Amino acid sequence: MKRNSGAGIWIGFAAILVWCLLPVVWILSLSFKPVAETSAGSPQFLPETWTIQNYKDILADGDFTRALLNSFGISLIATLLSVIFATLAAYAIARLDFKGKRLVLSIALAIAMFPVVALVGPLFDLWRTVHLFNTWPGLIIPYMSFTLPLAIWTLSAFFREIPWELEQAAQVDGASPWQAFRKVIVPLAAPGVFTAAILTFFFAWNEFVLAISLTSTTASRTVPAQLSYFVGPDPFNPPFSQLATASVVVTIPVIIIVLLFQRKVVAGLTSGAVKG
Amino acid sequence: MTTVVATPETKAGKAPKAQASDRAVGENRLGLKLVAPAVVLMLIVTAYPMLQALYLSLFRYRLTTADEREFIGLGNYITALSDSLFWQDLLNTLIIMVVTVAVELVIGFAFAMVMHRIIFARGIMRTSILIPYGIITVVSAFAWQFAFSLNNGFVNGWLPFVADDFNWFGGHWSAMFAIMASEIWKTTPFMSLLLLAGLSQVSEDMLEAAKVDGATWWQRLWKVILPNMRAAIMVAVLFRALDAFRIFDNIFVMTKGAEGTESSSFLTYRQVIEQFQLGMGSALSVLLFLMVLILAFGIVKLFKVDLAQARGEG
Repeated sequence: MKRNSGAGIWIGFAAILVWCLLPVVWILSLSFKPVAETSAGSPQFLPETWTIQNYKDILADGDFTRALLNSFGISLIATLLSVIFATLAAYAIARLDFKGKRLVLSIALAIAMFPVVALVGPLFDLWRTVHLFNTWPGLIIPYMSFTLPLAIWTLSAFFREIPWELEQAAQVDGASPWQAFRKVIVPLAAPGVFTAAILTFFFAWNEFVLAISLTSTTASRTVPAQLSYFVGPDPFNPPFSQLATASVVVTIPVIIIVLLFQRKVVAGLTSGAVKG
Repeated sequence: MTTVVATPETKAGKAPKAQASDRAVGENRLGLKLVAPAVVLMLIVTAYPMLQALYLSLFRYRLTTADEREFIGLGNYITALSDSLFWQDLLNTLIIMVVTVAVELVIGFAFAMVMHRIIFARGIMRTSILIPYGIITVVSAFAWQFAFSLNNGFVNGWLPFVADDFNWFGGHWSAMFAIMASEIWKTTPFMSLLLLAGLSQVSEDMLEAAKVDGATWWQRLWKVILPNMRAAIMVAVLFRALDAFRIFDNIFVMTKGAEGTESSSFLTYRQVIEQFQLGMGSALSVLLFLMVLILAFGIVKLFKVDLAQARGEG
């Protein structure tokens, strides 16, 4: 099957690149169009005059930079905590015999399929009562809950592949239990943990429903929510080029992660979902 | 999942069971302790609010007039189920789900075939395929909304059979088309990666044997490749169908539900957050939850996907 790398493969390759990159190039191009050009209407793909004024404006916009800070803070904290709890649970699932293992996996699966919108009402009500509405923890807690299933599935698939007998071998060779864990197990487990962290981060960075429902000001509003409220001075004529610019800015971290860790992300997505 | 079922026996280094029951008891206890925090966290944000929703759905309860809360039994459910808007939105949701998953399955499979056979530029390929996956849905929605927009979009100019002044967001089907375009663009890569993993489990020997026996490309596809990656396809369909059923972000950004493009999720959101109808909103939440449950159950039963067994837990 693999020896057929003729014209068909080249066409397929080109099709995939166009598919994946065209909309990205499009918002990139839009972000360099002057505001005057887009409000007059500019249906051509590339800008007539190029400007970087949009980037200056968007980075000087306090609400947007604050939303960026919220997004980074909330996503990173949620990722860190979620991965810690998931690692504990995944270790138990992959290595230990205990009652209710299937139940835990079923709960995780059920929550992965849960319609988030169904929680908006009750959570909105509950969060106002316990004063978590419009706060960082108010988003971090649900983000942890919803990323745990993915992290647990991915990690337990990884942990299952680790040759755990190496730990005992190291101890036989004179390593202390701590050394055996640190020098043998941690390096083997780290790639899996890291992969789970990337997937978790993507989820939190992307999340929208809770971000618009459980926040009310820029104190905790994340970028996706802020973008959807960003209408500019004229609500009937949204600032296309500025929205595109903001979109480009929030996409940069995603592209950096993808460029650096593509192999890990693919491994995580497929091990978590296809092998289980 | 032929290759994976073999894994449970190879679980290496596990403490031999039944050696000492003390040990088994200890292991059981440690296992429960380790999973407890994760389970509590998962349930605190889902189980409790869901019970709360179940309770609130029995009341006429509007947040702005909280004092007039009144028990009305199943009244909210009856109102919802007898309203044509509920059914219209459910129909929209189902159309979006079926169309997007079907299109993604076909395109995703084509992509997976290309990625499976390609021998050059694998890194570039992987990087580009992950960009739509990683991009924020809201950004994808904006990109496509602008692309389809009347004054600033390139779509009308590029498509020869569409008039330059065609307003995509002015009609029901064209708006639905734009919404589905964004959804399909963003999630096809995920589908193709899942299918690629399935494809790499199809044995080359079997394909070779089929070829020697004179099977055409089409026959090999239907008789060898697809049946052997059935599990991967089913998992991909299950995940994506449930995901598509919950569609919200794209609709919120692109149409805000105008032109009858509202989805069930959007309807629920609007009742709770925009109209503060906690009673009715809760009833809709419960209905949404039940629908997802039925859908998941239906897909699992229909295609006989046993996820736990697939990964060697059974």
